[in-house]
Amino acid sequence: MEFFDIFLLEAVLNGLLLGGLLALLSLGLNLIFGVIDVVWICYAELMMVGMYAIYWSHTMLGLPLAVAFILGIVGVAALGMAMHWFIIRPVLSAEPINQLLVTGGVLFFLQALVTVIFGIDFKNIGVRMPSLMVGDISLSMARLIAFCVAMVAIAATYLFLNRTFVGTAIRAISQDRSIMPLMGVNTERIYLITSAMGGALAGLAACLLVLQYDIHPAIGLSFGPITFLVCVMGGLGNLLGGFIAAFIFAQLISVGGYVYAIEWGYVMAFVFFIAMMFIRPEGILFRRR
Amino acid sequence: MPLISSNYKFGALLAALMLAPWLGLGSYPLHLIIMALLMGFIYTSWALMGRLGLVSLGHGAFLGIGAYSVVLLWNQYGVPPLAGALVALVLTVILALVIGYPCFRFKIVGHYFALVTLALAEVVRLVIVATREVTGGSLGLTPKPGLPNEAAASLWSFQFSNRVVWFYIVLACWLFALWVWRKVDQSMLRDALQAISEDEDAAASIGINVTRTKLKITVLSAAMTCFGGVLYAQYQAYVNPDTVSGIGISLQMVFGVIAGGMFVMLGPTFGAVFLLALQEVLRVLIGNQIHGLDLLIYGALLVFFIIRMPKGILGSWLERKT
Repeated sequence: MEFFDIFLLEAVLNGLLLGGLLALLSLGLNLIFGVIDVVWICYAELMMVGMYAIYWSHTMLGLPLAVAFILGIVGVAALGMAMHWFIIRPVLSAEPINQLLVTGGVLFFLQALVTVIFGIDFKNIGVRMPSLMVGDISLSMARLIAFCVAMVAIAATYLFLNRTFVGTAIRAISQDRSIMPLMGVNTERIYLITSAMGGALAGLAACLLVLQYDIHPAIGLSFGPITFLVCVMGGLGNLLGGFIAAFIFAQLISVGGYVYAIEWGYVMAFVFFIAMMFIRPEGILFRRR
Repeated sequence: MPLISSNYKFGALLAALMLAPWLGLGSYPLHLIIMALLMGFIYTSWALMGRLGLVSLGHGAFLGIGAYSVVLLWNQYGVPPLAGALVALVLTVILALVIGYPCFRFKIVGHYFALVTLALAEVVRLVIVATREVTGGSLGLTPKPGLPNEAAASLWSFQFSNRVVWFYIVLACWLFALWVWRKVDQSMLRDALQAISEDEDAAASIGINVTRTKLKITVLSAAMTCFGGVLYAQYQAYVNPDTVSGIGISLQMVFGVIAGGMFVMLGPTFGAVFLLALQEVLRVLIGNQIHGLDLLIYGALLVFFIIRMPKGILGSWLERKT
């Protein structure tokens, strides 16, 4: 009797690596939600735009990959600021559901924009990473790098929020939106900084994803739903909750996908999400007082 | 309700519509009218609950169940689509209750409700894709031809080669949806839901059973959407997980309604007409060469509408007139 299934272990490890990426993506979305109180449904589409930006600058302009990565991160950060300034700012006082839907409009817009410019074909930057063999387990090098970079980025974001003045202001705003202007904090500026940070995190995720996935206009749709379900399950705005939820989701997808088929992994993750909403609507870390 | 009070105008519009197939329009324009009415029916069903603060991003689930149940039952077991529609409706009602009850009982509202229903839409889409041995997965599915030799129409297989028949079926369903809208407006249910959408606790304190009231409208809206899925599958004679379920169609419903205006009876239909007209105009103007240009303009317009005209085109227009 097989006691120790090597492929199951591989699925668990791959789930762990996927969890790092999901954690990075949901961190940006969560940050924006916690501070500005708006869910960007199109968050994964920002990441997709970043992937196309990297593809464009590396493959079509012939820039070195490192420069393309920096361009991607800066570009998506700027896109995040533009998103806040032109789309979110006008609806800040509107009904929450309108704020949600307006970002849905941006989702269609960005998806169509890259389709018009780049077409619907699959693109890749032509970088293929080797696999790493640990014993009998093969791990993709790209995933391993992605995981490590994501962890470093999450740690850096954590330090930024806790050790710097601007970070403290950001956390303060997410705790009490109405008091902070009275304390002399420029809310608008903090919102813009947060949007830029959220964008930069999406740009970073784009850098990590172009190494392992092909780029196509629907790639945002395959990461978007899962990203905001992670945030909601962690408790919207709760960064630690989102971090934990990302790993739970990734395990469900990876192990469930291994045991059955990849779609069933996602089905399990979504059903688990719905069930968790009924059991713990405020997120997994919420304690009833 | 300014549009209802002007009964004459509505009557004239309806009469013109009834005559549409006999005006020598040709097959393609008739197809567009049928699609507009069918989408109008589905959007109106969505708006029944959407306008009362229950914004569901999961109606693609019900549409998908309707479309796939009838085609699968017909193809696998030869169950006539009208009987299959009954099965689909029962499934839909059960699903709406299973999701709706805990949502309303535990007060999951606003964008939490939207996200739970969104997950539901994705579950249905993924299940369809995952069971590709029977459903054909992402390739979609075609109902087996059920017209006996020489026959142009068969109620048994619910297939009609003549578009005019489809036109009247869809028209009848659309009128039914408007009738339901009006009935809901005249009933206590509407007042109760209005009260709930403004303040749930206050509504409960005056004796409204919040959970049951919300469930009623949800089941009604879901069942009608499911039937819309049945019609869609039978009319198009092709279903695909991405066009009848999942996030795409669910968001499209919401946006169509928002563009038209969800607080007036003809708003959702207007949204459907507007979207179709936009697609057609862009197609004629720029052709099919540039993939995605129509969606680009569509997305930009949506953002514009939500920021500038939260009441939709028809809603804003009617408001300006009064």
